Formats: sequence, structure tokens, C-alpha cells
Amino acid sequence: MSFVLECPNCGVREVTDFGFGGEISPRPKERPSFRELNTYNYFRRNVAGVQREWWFHRSGCRAWFIAERDTTTNEVKFTALP
Amino acid sequence: MSRLGKQPGERIARDTTVTFTFDGKQVQAHEGDTIASALYAAGQRTFSRSFKYHRRRGLMCVAGQCPNCICAVDGAPGARACTEPAREGITVTHVNATPSLEFDAMRATDIFGGPFTPPGFYYKTFIKPRRLWPLYEKILRNAAGLGKLRKSQPEREWRTEYRRRHADVLVTGGGIAGLNAALAAAQLGADVVLADEGAEPGGQRLIGGEVHEIAALVERVRGAGVEIIDHGSALGYFDGMVPVWQRDTLHQVRAAQHVFATGAIEQPLVFAGNDLPGVMLAGGARRLVSLYAVSPGRRAVVATTSDRGLDAAVALRAAGVQIVAIADLRPDAGDAARALRADGVPVFAGHTVIEARGSKHVDHAVIGAAGIGSGGDEHEFECDLIVVSGGATPASSLLLQAGAESAYDPARGHFALAALPDGLHAAGEVAGAETDETVAWSGELAGLQAAHALGRATDESTARVTELEGLLAQPNAVAIAVAPPVSGEGRGKCFACLCEDVTSKDVHLSIEEGYDSIELSKRYTTVTMGPCQGRMCQLPSVRLMAQETGQSLQQVGTTTARPPWVSVPMGILGGRPVEPAKRSAIHDRHRELGATVKWAGDWRRAYDYGDPEGEALAVNRAAGLIDVSTLGKLIVRGPDAGAFLDRLYPNRFANLKPGRIRYGVISSDAGRIVDDGTICRIDDETFYVTTTSSGAGAVEEWFSWWLADWGDDVQLTDVTQGLSAVNLAGPKAREIMGAVTDLDCSNEAFAYMDGKQARIAGVDCLILRIGFVGEVGYEIHFPSAYGEHVWDALMDAGKPHGLRPFGLEPQRILRLQKMHILVGQDTDSESTPFAAAMPWIVKLDKEDDFIGKWALEHYAQQTPTTALVGFTLPNGHVPTEGAVVVDAAGTPAGQVTSARHSPVLDRTIGMAWVPEALAHDGAKITISDEGVTLVADIQTRPFYDPDGEVLRS
Repeated sequence: MSFVLECPNCGVREVTDFGFGGEISPRPKERPSFRELNTYNYFRRNVAGVQREWWFHRSGCRAWFIAERDTTTNEVKFTALP
Repeated sequence: MSRLGKQPGERIARDTTVTFTFDGKQVQAHEGDTIASALYAAGQRTFSRSFKYHRRRGLMCVAGQCPNCICAVDGAPGARACTEPAREGITVTHVNATPSLEFDAMRATDIFGGPFTPPGFYYKTFIKPRRLWPLYEKILRNAAGLGKLRKSQPEREWRTEYRRRHADVLVTGGGIAGLNAALAAAQLGADVVLADEGAEPGGQRLIGGEVHEIAALVERVRGAGVEIIDHGSALGYFDGMVPVWQRDTLHQVRAAQHVFATGAIEQPLVFAGNDLPGVMLAGGARRLVSLYAVSPGRRAVVATTSDRGLDAAVALRAAGVQIVAIADLRPDAGDAARALRADGVPVFAGHTVIEARGSKHVDHAVIGAAGIGSGGDEHEFECDLIVVSGGATPASSLLLQAGAESAYDPARGHFALAALPDGLHAAGEVAGAETDETVAWSGELAGLQAAHALGRATDESTARVTELEGLLAQPNAVAIAVAPPVSGEGRGKCFACLCEDVTSKDVHLSIEEGYDSIELSKRYTTVTMGPCQGRMCQLPSVRLMAQETGQSLQQVGTTTARPPWVSVPMGILGGRPVEPAKRSAIHDRHRELGATVKWAGDWRRAYDYGDPEGEALAVNRAAGLIDVSTLGKLIVRGPDAGAFLDRLYPNRFANLKPGRIRYGVISSDAGRIVDDGTICRIDDETFYVTTTSSGAGAVEEWFSWWLADWGDDVQLTDVTQGLSAVNLAGPKAREIMGAVTDLDCSNEAFAYMDGKQARIAGVDCLILRIGFVGEVGYEIHFPSAYGEHVWDALMDAGKPHGLRPFGLEPQRILRLQKMHILVGQDTDSESTPFAAAMPWIVKLDKEDDFIGKWALEHYAQQTPTTALVGFTLPNGHVPTEGAVVVDAAGTPAGQVTSARHSPVLDRTIGMAWVPEALAHDGAKITISDEGVTLVADIQTRPFYDPDGEVLRS
């Protein structure tokens, strides 16, 4: 795996500068059932295609931001602060 | 050393001397020499022993491509003598021969071992009797490999670096095509990097002696702003990034457009004895002459399939080598052959070499008409050099890795590029250009096209592209004959693969045994898997496979191109051997005090000062001082700070009064313990949060992640590095505080779990009265710049009271006496606050949502199957941490997480996860510790000061 991400604060950097926070799975707003809670905690959609995900500029400004990335090509569509 | 007269393109500086040793003998060289050129000049002809049969191998490619001159330099194996510069004082040794290069005992495998070492011999010869396999394995492992790595290397002395470079265009290969491509792209304004393997750019053209023309071109390229990485080997292609290894640096070059001008690799011929020292590629012989002024031999036979061999014959003659015969495979060898004939050189058209004879070195060559095995039209010549040229194959591996496709070109006898993905350009010989002119044109064209793809086209450059395309469309192929798969079979071993000692017979056998595709045959015979990575053996093995199976070469195809394209030391990929070490501002004091310093996460910490139990006892009896600067420290500030912490912790912080402290455990949404620490409210909007030492970074990430999601009006500042912290604890702590601060430290004015700001020894501090170690304690936080100053002031003030510094180990004893958990030691990723005996930390009656609430509500209803409790042992045995708690049937049912001898209680204390049924005072558990069975008494309340009276006093 080798690609670049554009940190909204710092600019284009190698992917190894960043921490991966996984696909965005919104936290339930209302009290979930036990099954819903476990789905939120442990299950991921794991799409082959474009998904929104969290990234953390670990070796940089230490900001969390959102990226939209094609998981099959690693093409990053956009990045933005939340 | 013997050298030829001055050569126009020679690289050596004749007025310099460099001395190194080879297998203990001194060798003289000039600056500019490689190890191999100096050794060859000194008369060395055997450079290594082959992988399996331990046959002598001599120089062949002189270009760092074949495996024949692999040696060890200063103990590090894997260097190629023909490209490794000769440097003053280096120690060069041979590999893969015992006891010596001249006499190698393992040579027996060649003479007697033939029937025992076919492909797959591990599973044939060495399979019976089965029980001897461990012995066979040991012997085989000893015999395998080229050279031995040093067993230990305590501190790697060789420093390596990463460098990241983003460019518009990367040109890989600095021959004429690459230089022209770089120039054309840079002149259109592109940011261009050029990576070239050689000591200087110029590629193949350097051996023609046109040094001044090349130097002028290189100057223009540099002048156009191109960054040239010399000695730079491209290792592979990774989604637009090409790692370029240059000496001790790995340049990770990422470019929008890639031009590959990687040239072509001259191919050997497969004939009997084709590996004997003295069999040399035409390019190799020419490089020895023109770059190093070394004569490759006295009498040469040349075998070729194109003008390459004839050009070499002309160049060698000019250097004084007698050409005794030329076997040119082409039926009509053309003008160059006629010119040589006119000069009295016998040229045999339609002939090729079928056998090299000699024991240690070539002494005779046999040539014959193409297509015959033995007998008939044969000629034997006495010679000490056989120059071979089996055509050239495009060096397309990097392009293929990047997604290009290749197809067999029957006219050229090799696999040529057929299709290129977007953003990739090929130039020069790799793209099929064969003449000086077309190589330059295709380079310029690729450079222009790369720049155009970046939107940098001009009217002029667009017109030039059309012009170049027209020029390159004209027929300009040179005459070449396709080499036979093998000639002279039956006369001796014919090697298809020099790296792995795979003969034409081995390929035949592998097909007979059913490995009839090139990918299967590769894995079975290991052909193309050696150090040359298929450069010398891919095409010959495909030809053999096609001949044996009756398929076309296109049908047989090639094996998948994979990185690394160049053998690279692992250390280069590993990068700089740095292990970041954090040291507190007070670190030097600990050293002066004789501390045992050990790793604790990223930190170097004082483990003890030589007497852990004595230090712990001092805290319980008088006072101790410990450096706790490693704690994570966060300032959470803003109007929403209290609400923010209430959502992150299962307990309440919004109602914490300024100047008060509360303990908190961070839980995940799955209800598991993530970290713990104390939180002091400084004022209405400011909280000072401490975390565990090892969790500092993760907690900061965790806080900032939720902050990014929720968008609360809160600012987060990580002051872990900026602030130091020390903990002064013990019955005498209050008196010592009295000597260093004006603050009223009486229990009434400064109670347990109070946090106050005051000056200590003139330094503004935040003082937290907490009790991790179980005694009256003051955790003092202050700017790191004053680290030693505050430490010294406290140590001085404590001297009359018996204050001792204490390290991490005594702290662990002290906290265990209080049953204060260590997250990650006593808990794991499955532990909930309920199971860890801290139900009081979870405030499920909090109105608002918090992280972990729903899971914790669920666990609050459940009875945990195991629980964390304390235990004591009477007999002085301290079980290993991790020892198993077993139930009545002897089945594992829990484990010991912490255990120490408590000096103040004088018995063994510990914590363990035990079945819920046993988690009550008075119960007994059985611990199985490495074969020893111990019966321990359960205790659920702290071992020391169970009611916390001491702590609150």
C-alpha cells in the first residue's frame, strides 16, 4: 500500500504519516439494542469501493479529518476537517 | 597489476592507489576501480563458487546483473564485486567455498552429486530414512545460501536514511534515452528527478568512449534543473512511488509521470560449459577494456547473434586481444562481418558456440553450425576468452510491475512491451529502440509526452512530438538472429540459470515431472529466483520450456515481475535504526544516584536505585521521591470542558469543584477499560487530566477524535513533554513540603484529593494530593525546564527526614499493597470496570449519554464470570506474573497478573483473575506456577491501610 493523503492542515503527505481510524460508523444517537450495540462496536461494512473514513495526522499536526477513498484503488476523492 | 594503454573513456585515476585485501591478500587498485576490475587486473579469474555445484565462476556481465562475482565486503555478504567501488582498507572475502575459493570441498556435488541433486532433491534424495531428516536439514541449511550473515550486530553501525521526494516526472535510467527524456520534460518546466544506477549517467554509451559528448549532455540536464540521483537503483514500483536506493539512503520518489529508460540486458547463450570462467558477455568484456583499461584475455572466440558481438570484436582487437574466430548465428553477418574478414578475422556465419572446454578456466572453444548437436561441421580453437552475445532483452520488470504488458516478438526473439497504462512512458532500448539515433529520439519523445500529460504542452513541443513520432515510425530495426534454446547438449552441463545452478536438463526434468508451466517450473527448479532476478535466465528458461512443451514462447509467457528489481540490504528497507527514547528532564539525576535504567514503553526510566524493597520501605516508614514525568498530561479547557469529560468518562466531572481531584477510568463503547488517571479541576473551564505513562499518546488521540466528531467548545493541549512531575510520599512528606513551600499543607487546609497551585523552591507548581503509593503524597507538576531544580530542592529538604528516591519497581510494590490496578497489567482489552472490582466508578444514573454507557448498563446486569481480586501467600514464594489459577479439577480458570514480596507486610501479595465464586475474602485459590502448586488466600480489600486512614491523615 502506498499513496498520499492531503491533510487539510498540512497538505499532501505519504500515507505512512497518518493513522487510520477506519470507516465512519456513526455512534447511535438513541439507546441501541444489544445487537445494534455489538454491530456498532464490532462490525464494519468493509466496502469494496468508495467509503468515508477517519484519518489522523499522527506524524504531523495531530488532527483528525475525514477522507473519502476508493478502497479498491486507494484513490482519495477528498479530505476535509469534520 | 597489468593495464592497457590509456582508454578514451576510462574511469580510473592512474595516479592514485587504493589498497584493499581479498581473502587476506593485498590488492592494488586505482580510484575509480571496482573490486572486480582491480582483481581481474591482478590476475584473479575465479570470483565465486556456484550455488549448488560449487563450480568456479568468473566475471561475466561486469554490470552488477549476473551472480558470478558476489562477495562479502567487510563481513557483509551480497556485494557485487563488479559494481562495488574499490575503497581503501576494505576487507573483501569470497562466499560459498570452504575451505578456500581455490579448493572447495563442496565441489563434490558437481563431480559425484549429479544423480542425487536434481530439482526437488530435498524431497527425493534426502527423504529416506525419514528419521534422518533433522540431520539432513541441518546439513542442507549449512550448505545453502551465498555467504553468512554475522550472527550478532549489537548496534548497527551502518546508518541508513529515508528521503521522500515528490516530483512531476521520475526518469528511471540515466542512459542516453533517460537523459534526453529528463531534459525534454524539464525544459517544459516539469520538476524532474533522474535515477541512474551507474557511478555517472551515460549508460551503455559510456563504453563507446564518447565521454565528452555525454558530459555535455549531463551538464545540460543539470542546467535544466533535473535532480540526478547517481548510484541510484530503482527497487520496484508501488502505486506511483519508486524507492531508489542510493548508498545509505532510500529515496522514496513519488511522481505523477514515470519515464522508464531502463535499457536492455544482454543475454548469454546456453551451451555446454557456458559458466566456465573466461566465458564473458560482450558488454562485460568491453566494459573491462573501456572503463578500467583491463584486458579480458589474450585470445578470444566471439559468439554472437547480432552486431553487438562484432562491435565487441572490433573493440577488443583495438585493445590488443587476438580474435581467433567469430561464430555469428546470422546466415548473413553483414557489413561489420565483411570488414572483420577483410582484416583476417575468420567469421563463421550461421555458427554458434557449442562447448567451452577447460578445467579451471576456458582453454578451448568449440563452435559448430547452428542446429546441430555434435559431429559434423565443428571447429575447435585454443583461447582464454569466449565472448558471447545472445541478443538483448528489454529490462521491463519495473514497467511490468507498474501494469505494463509484454508480448513475444518472434523477429527479435524477446518479450517486448505491448501496452502501457496511463502515466507510464518507456524510452530507449526498453521501448524497442536499438540504434543510437532512435534511442535519443524515443527519450526526447517520452519526456515531452510526460510533460504534456502534466498540461505543459507548447505549440513547438506539440510539433516536435509529431516529428519524433514520424522519425520513430520509420523502419530502423537491426539484424538479429534468435538464439537456440541450447546448443551442445550432451557435452556437459548447459546452464539456463547461473544463480541457482539450473541446467537445461533440470528444466527438461521438471516438465517431465509435470511442472509444465513457467510459473510451476520456476518454483520447482528455482530458475529466475536467484540474485539476478531473471535478468540472465528468464528468456533462456522460457525458450527451453517452449522447446520441451512444443508451445510458442507467447503461450509459455513470462513469470510475474516482482520487486525488488535489485538485491537490496534489508537494512536499507528498515531505515535508520533509531529506537526513540524519551527521557525525563530529571534523567541525569537518576543516573548520578545510581539508578538502574530500563525501558518502560518509549521511556527510559529509573527502575530502582539498587534496593527496591528498601526504597518501598522508606516510603512507608519515612518518605520517598519518584519521578513521574512520564504520566500523560492533558489540559482540557473551554465552556464545554466539564460536559466533554462527562461524555468521555463513566463518572462525573462537571460537578467536580475547582481545586478538587477525582479518579477516572476511561471505558470504550464496548464497556472495556482503556486507561485511567486523575482529573483535577483548576477552575470552572479548566481541567488537568493525567493518564497512564504508556497510554498518553492513545488517550490524546482518543480525546481529540471524539472532540473532532462532537465539535464541543473545548481546547485540548497535550503538555506531557512540557511538564515534569514528581511524587513526594510518606509519613514525612508533609514536613518536607513545609521546608520548600509557603503553602499550608496541614490536612485541614490541603486535604486528600485536593489540587493546589503554589510555589515550590520558587517554581510555580500544580500540587495534587493523591495516593497511588498509599501514603500521604503530593504529586507535583511543574515546567520541565525546572526538573532538576525542583528535584534537588526536595531531595535537600528531605535529607534530615530520611527521604530516599524510589524507582518504578518499588512504586509497583507500593501500589500493589493498595490494590491499585495498573491498566494493561492487571486488566486486558476484555476487562470491564465491574469485573475489575470498580463498580463505584460507573455512574449509570448520569442523565446524559457517555462513551460505554450502553455496554456498561448491560454488564451491570450480568454477573462477571471472573473477577480481579487480591491474594496473599504465606510461604515467601512469589509466583510468576501470568501464572495460572486452576480450579478443583486442575483446569485453568484464571491468572496471576501481579505479585510481589511486600517488605512492610513481609509476605507475598498479588492480584489475580479468579472465578467469580472464589472472589470473596477467605476463599482459597490454587496457583500453578511453572510446575509448583501454591494455595493462596483471597483478599478483596487493600493489603495495606485498607480503610485509607493513612492516606487521608
